[in-house]
Amino acid sequence: MVKLSINGLLVEVPEGTTILEAAKKLNFRIPTLCHHDDLCVAGNCRVCVVEQLGGKALIAACGAPVAEGMQILTNSIKVRTARKHVIELLLSEHNADCTKCYKNGQCELQLLANEFSVGDHIFLDLIHHKDYTIDRYSPSIQKDDSKCIRCQRCVRTCQELQGVNALTVAYKGENQKISTFFDHSMSEVICTNCGQCINRCPTGALVERTYLDEVWDAILDPEKHVVVQTAPAVRVGLGEDLGLNAGERVTGKMVAALKRLGFDSVLDTDFTADLTIMEEGTELLTRLKKALVDKDESVALPMTTSCSPGWIKFIEHTFPEYLPNVSTCKSPQQMFGALAKTYYTKVRELDPKKVVTVSIMPCTAKKYEADRPEMRSSGQKDVDFVLTTRELARMVRQAGIDFTEMKEDKYDSLMGESTGAAVIFGATGGVMEAALRTAYEIVTGREVPFENLNITPVRGFEGIRQATVKIEGCLDEWKFLEGVELKCAVAHGLTNAREIMQAVKDGKIDVHFIEVMACPGGCLGGGGQPIPTNQEIRQKRADAIYDEDMSLTLRKSHENPEVQEIYRDFLGEPNGHKSHELLHTHYKERERF
Amino acid sequence: MTNIPIKRVDLIFEKVLCKEIFEKIVNSSPEEVTQAIIDSGLKGRGGAGFPTGLKWQFAAREKSEDKYIVCNADEGEPGTFKDRQILDEVPEKVFCGMAIASKAVGAKKGYIYLRGEYKFLVPKLEQKMKEFHDFMKEIGHDFEVILRMGSGAYICGEESALFESIEGKRGEPRNKPPYPTTAGVFDKPTCINNVETLVYTVMILKYGATHFKDLGTKDSRGSKVFSVSGDTPKAGIYELELGMTVGEFVDEFGDGDTKSVQVGGAAGFCVPRKRFQDTIIGFEGVPTGGSMKLFNSSRSMYNVMHNYLDFFNEESCGQCTPCRVGCQQLLKGIEAVKRGEKSSKYLEELEKLASTMKVAAKCGLGQSVGNAFNSIVNNFREEIIY
Repeated sequence: MVKLSINGLLVEVPEGTTILEAAKKLNFRIPTLCHHDDLCVAGNCRVCVVEQLGGKALIAACGAPVAEGMQILTNSIKVRTARKHVIELLLSEHNADCTKCYKNGQCELQLLANEFSVGDHIFLDLIHHKDYTIDRYSPSIQKDDSKCIRCQRCVRTCQELQGVNALTVAYKGENQKISTFFDHSMSEVICTNCGQCINRCPTGALVERTYLDEVWDAILDPEKHVVVQTAPAVRVGLGEDLGLNAGERVTGKMVAALKRLGFDSVLDTDFTADLTIMEEGTELLTRLKKALVDKDESVALPMTTSCSPGWIKFIEHTFPEYLPNVSTCKSPQQMFGALAKTYYTKVRELDPKKVVTVSIMPCTAKKYEADRPEMRSSGQKDVDFVLTTRELARMVRQAGIDFTEMKEDKYDSLMGESTGAAVIFGATGGVMEAALRTAYEIVTGREVPFENLNITPVRGFEGIRQATVKIEGCLDEWKFLEGVELKCAVAHGLTNAREIMQAVKDGKIDVHFIEVMACPGGCLGGGGQPIPTNQEIRQKRADAIYDEDMSLTLRKSHENPEVQEIYRDFLGEPNGHKSHELLHTHYKERERF
Repeated sequence: MTNIPIKRVDLIFEKVLCKEIFEKIVNSSPEEVTQAIIDSGLKGRGGAGFPTGLKWQFAAREKSEDKYIVCNADEGEPGTFKDRQILDEVPEKVFCGMAIASKAVGAKKGYIYLRGEYKFLVPKLEQKMKEFHDFMKEIGHDFEVILRMGSGAYICGEESALFESIEGKRGEPRNKPPYPTTAGVFDKPTCINNVETLVYTVMILKYGATHFKDLGTKDSRGSKVFSVSGDTPKAGIYELELGMTVGEFVDEFGDGDTKSVQVGGAAGFCVPRKRFQDTIIGFEGVPTGGSMKLFNSSRSMYNVMHNYLDFFNEESCGQCTPCRVGCQQLLKGIEAVKRGEKSSKYLEELEKLASTMKVAAKCGLGQSVGNAFNSIVNNFREEIIY
């Protein structure tokens, strides 16, 4: 333990603690900008400088470890002057057109300016000396360098958490900026559109491409029938942007709000999540049969999941040789879109051309996914517009809906029914767990041998997790799987995805099935979820997801009555002809930069 | 006007038999070698002036299989060109200094980080390096040197940015602590010394600590190589005993019309004529990595200042706010004052900003911009305004 004093108060903390953390213990908040709980220390914004008595220079509290006998001042004249200067400098380089900014009210620089920079600006306005253009080419992410404060949180996110390195620091001095390979647009580089950079950007430099106006236009067009689907993780995040605490389940309130917004039908992506399990589970069993019974060596195993569009683009860029291993299933969002403009319109007797499909996603990569040329199997764009959880919160506010007071409502029927297995898609490990619940039962006729169906070995936040399920007592048609140990692995965050794929490539890991989610924590930590994010918040969202699962009567995908119905009335059988036409696809190799 | 002649010294460029010097110490204990350097009072010749012996001691005390000796040959300070001459004339002494340091510290590997613009030195250095490696084998001392080229960024002369660059990353300074002796290149204990410092260690071991210590003053022992440029009839490289005043220096090198001397380059201090006599060139006065630039009355100090700020504006790595934006504000600020768009009072705001940069910037670059700025603005305010 190390003893030190901060503003005259004594505190004792473990060795290696930073001054920032020690001050927090004493309830002193030292302002920060470049610091983020999820990322390594940068120490570059200098907002957190503090004075050490006897020291010449000030020190950055975020990176400096405590030392015995240190006497720290967090609010001395020297500190206050420097801090105010730093904030003024950042503002002088920042496009402070706050009222028009997407992040107005949620900008960390704005908050600090409010605390420290009231009154006239000291320094010259530098922003108009520079020639900034906004990069709007990506369907997911909009990058505005004029709002960038060079804290490099995005760079560290892209590098450490995601291992993608699409964003990097370029040039030096006054020309220093956050850029991409050869300054290309975000749409032309290795960016996976995961949006984790957006979640950690303190200002409005990185925000999602928004489609609010387009959606409002569709809703308000009497000719159009607008169908909305909501992803599993949205229901455990949305409340945070509408005055509730992290981890509050708002499924019913959200459905009620969506109806009030004027959507013609409020449906659930969870329905197609269950459908995904049927398709993907069957696909896995088919591949296993080919490998084990037919001894077909061309079968690509391990099979990986395909729900996460960030992961799909990542593998297209970085491990294209493993594309055959990716499940051919489209993501639940795209399955939903394809069915909404075929099955749904057929049953409801609607003209598909007049149906607009909107999805609410915890994700920015979904915007890109909806734009992909592979995603037009209904004959037109399957999913017309994708909004993030944050955009939905904004719509709710725009419509003047008092969300906290909303009475709970239920999803509409036909593609609105779901199970607990679909809900847990929102957490890392959830797809694996849902698949196992169903696959095991198909093969053995019995439930998975885990208490309350909770397959805990695949849960949690460890970067890469592995689990083995021994298959025993198979039904006759699945006898070839008798005694087989089904080996599964789960990875979340693209750095872990890279690690696991490298292990597959090097033959260091022997598994049958891998679930990969591009974002830390899975979709609940997605790039479209409310800001801020950190481990504590993600944990609360995960707890909420598993609570929601436990609260439902139906917790296995194959028990979803609407899923059974669609196979009976429309699709035929899993992996059948119609399924392949509408619900499956293939991806393509891309450049590595 | 004083008439005390400046004392020239010839240690750095003296041709010596490096093999003999190293053979003499190869069987000594690391402590003995380090003690000799501590006793000599040698301080780092790159400009910051950290006691070399202490640095070696810190690195020696670290417990690690891998340690590194790094020779900082990224000579980039405007107005310094002495390392170039040293590397060109006596490269074997630089290698020998690195070997001595490796002996003291317990390092098996070393890097020379050579300024990108000094590419022409590479063939010669490689030749000498081969001979050096043969000698190391012959004498049974396990030490190997690798040559790494910079790419022209001033910031890579800052030690931690230099490490990043060696590691193949973008050259940006790191947070300190940890200091290089604990976690330097590849996060291993690293002893980084300037070219000139390493050569002095060779001479200290040849002639003994006392010989060196007897030169100079209490705070600035020994001698130093100066790069003299600007308005002088005698531009060039001179090795001089430390302890002289700027006045004495100007008497020797000035053109009779010197109005100020910039000691230590863009990151250094401007000494005006009225302070020549009472300013000592050294750690008790104005420290320098070697750059001595003289300006006569034909020069506009506004232009000088503008030039330095232009340089910093381009060479700041851009990582930390005080340096990246501060440099732009200082530059645009003096332009605005000159054009009359800002009142002369604005200079006071800029001086306060420069003072903040001194204490709040992340590394030595940003911290030293204030030196040049405040010393020029303080002494030549009217030239900046009118």
